[in-house]
Amino acid sequence: MPVQEADVIPLPTARTDAPPQPTRKLASVTELRPRRAPQSLTDFVRSRLTGDYQVDEFGFDPQLTDTVVLPPLRMIYEKWFRVEVTGEKNLPLDGGALIVANHSGTLPWDAVMTSIAVHDNHPRGKHLRMLGAELVFKVPVLGALARRTGQTLACGADAQRLLRSGELVGVWPEGFKGVGKSFSERYQLQRFGRGGFVATAAKAGVPIIPCSIVGAEEIYPKIADIKPLAKLLGLPYFPVTPFFPLLGPLGAIPLPTKWRIDFGAPIRTDLASPDTADDHGFVLEMAAEVRETIQRTLDSMVAERESVFRG
Amino acid sequence: MAPTVVLVTGVADQLGGQLAAQLADDPDIERVLGVDTARLAVPRGTRVEFVRADIRDPRIAKVIDSARVDTVVHAAPRSGAGAKELNVIGTMQLLAACQRSRTVRKLVVKSTAEVYGGGAGAPAVFTEQDADQAVQRRGGDAAEIEGYALGLARRRPDLVLTIVRLAEVIGPHIDNALTRYFSLPFVPTVLGFDARVQFVHITDALAVLERAITHDLPGVFNVGGDGVLMLSQAIRRAGRVPLPVPRATIGPATRLAGGRVALSPGQSRLLSHGRVIDTTRLKTTFGFTPKWTTTAAFDDFVRAVAK
Repeated sequence: MPVQEADVIPLPTARTDAPPQPTRKLASVTELRPRRAPQSLTDFVRSRLTGDYQVDEFGFDPQLTDTVVLPPLRMIYEKWFRVEVTGEKNLPLDGGALIVANHSGTLPWDAVMTSIAVHDNHPRGKHLRMLGAELVFKVPVLGALARRTGQTLACGADAQRLLRSGELVGVWPEGFKGVGKSFSERYQLQRFGRGGFVATAAKAGVPIIPCSIVGAEEIYPKIADIKPLAKLLGLPYFPVTPFFPLLGPLGAIPLPTKWRIDFGAPIRTDLASPDTADDHGFVLEMAAEVRETIQRTLDSMVAERESVFRG
Repeated sequence: MAPTVVLVTGVADQLGGQLAAQLADDPDIERVLGVDTARLAVPRGTRVEFVRADIRDPRIAKVIDSARVDTVVHAAPRSGAGAKELNVIGTMQLLAACQRSRTVRKLVVKSTAEVYGGGAGAPAVFTEQDADQAVQRRGGDAAEIEGYALGLARRRPDLVLTIVRLAEVIGPHIDNALTRYFSLPFVPTVLGFDARVQFVHITDALAVLERAITHDLPGVFNVGGDGVLMLSQAIRRAGRVPLPVPRATIGPATRLAGGRVALSPGQSRLLSHGRVIDTTRLKTTFGFTPKWTTTAAFDDFVRAVAK
């Protein structure tokens, strides 16, 4: 079988116990620089067919993400939701940060759009590395796709590892309670878990960036939840909207609301003493502070907005 | 203290056999005893003294006593289906012999990253501490073996115990369930899943074991090459085609694809969720940095197969 050897060139005089020197440094974590250079389609297909590409230890595949996954989503970002980004200067140029946002919309379109907002507005094109529930990684295809695009399990160990290596990590502390909230609860933040995100940021000594998303809460106005059906399918909820399941798959098309994503001023966690991460009082207090900040920002953003669809 | 008489179990396997031969080249070591039921992988013409014995037999204690063995290397545990009795009973018998012996002062156990189990709810990268939780859940034989070794170390605090958790061992002439799997014409994978796999080149695995024998480095250490390959990517690099099948049929599909590929439950889990280990402790505390990355090690295997 012919073997593609673009990545590794064996040294002609190499001893059997010495590895060939890779021509490219193997990155353990995502490269900071975005791969802006457009790759020809044949090169892309060849590298996929010969396995000549790199993934990091979380399974993140920047080549696939940038070439195949992001472009169609960017169309939705620009044309459908017309996302407007403010406060992008609050994203740190170097070093890790924990981006904490409100969650809504029945399907996590907000997470997808935020990851494009971060990637396209960061001066170095850093990818947002999101933390997802275990359920995501149990589901065939979805779990594999989530890993390929840089997502990992919401657990302390993974979050620490990403933050310490200087990544921007995204977290939605409202979890399923947030994404599955009903239309009547729009822009009302749910409980922020047990504040695990604060402990994680404090341990890694990185700032928390409050992120407020307006527009996502109206894309699927959830008016009811068929709980027995959700239980049967093993889902956290089974949504009923004015169009779903009435119109079938058509009902799954999100309403074209006008979005705004705001990145707030970083909240430092490294000023307190190092063992504050274990101080439950501090953790809950800070979680409440972040929650308050996002709620306040959301309230003013919603008040400024003239129309749900035109912004 | 440098070892004088070393006993290596599992020398019929490539890793054990090559390790014994490598130790026999060290002039500071007086005797190297290689124990197994067959001599398959012990190169002839080396100083290795082959002892045909079954470690499940209590007479192994006599071998240790009569040769005044001071260092025991337990390289016998195997991955793969049907090795449970050898792994577990053999380890119990061997460790019982070590405990009674007056001469044994060091035990090196070859373990595997399989102790971490793995799954959708596991962290992406395992550090040595993560096994504490994994031992109870699906750590397999390796978790049991490590448990016995740690128990022995508690009862014999004078004993130096090093446990080496290897990622998947690969190299030019490695023949095991996983390399046979990658040599199938169509390689069955779990539909809808793609695992992250990490390899360690056999020369790095041997170097780590040798260092654990010649130096006193007590503790548990993960050993794996830097970097990660996706399972589908590795299959492509091997010039094969992945064939996704439903999870329940991966066993039969592998057998149908032609081959003596008997994957253990641990390896089947590897194929759906993958497993990556952190090697910081190996590089800092143990003082060894693997020379081969995961990709380089895998490509070395692929090159040898292609020839």
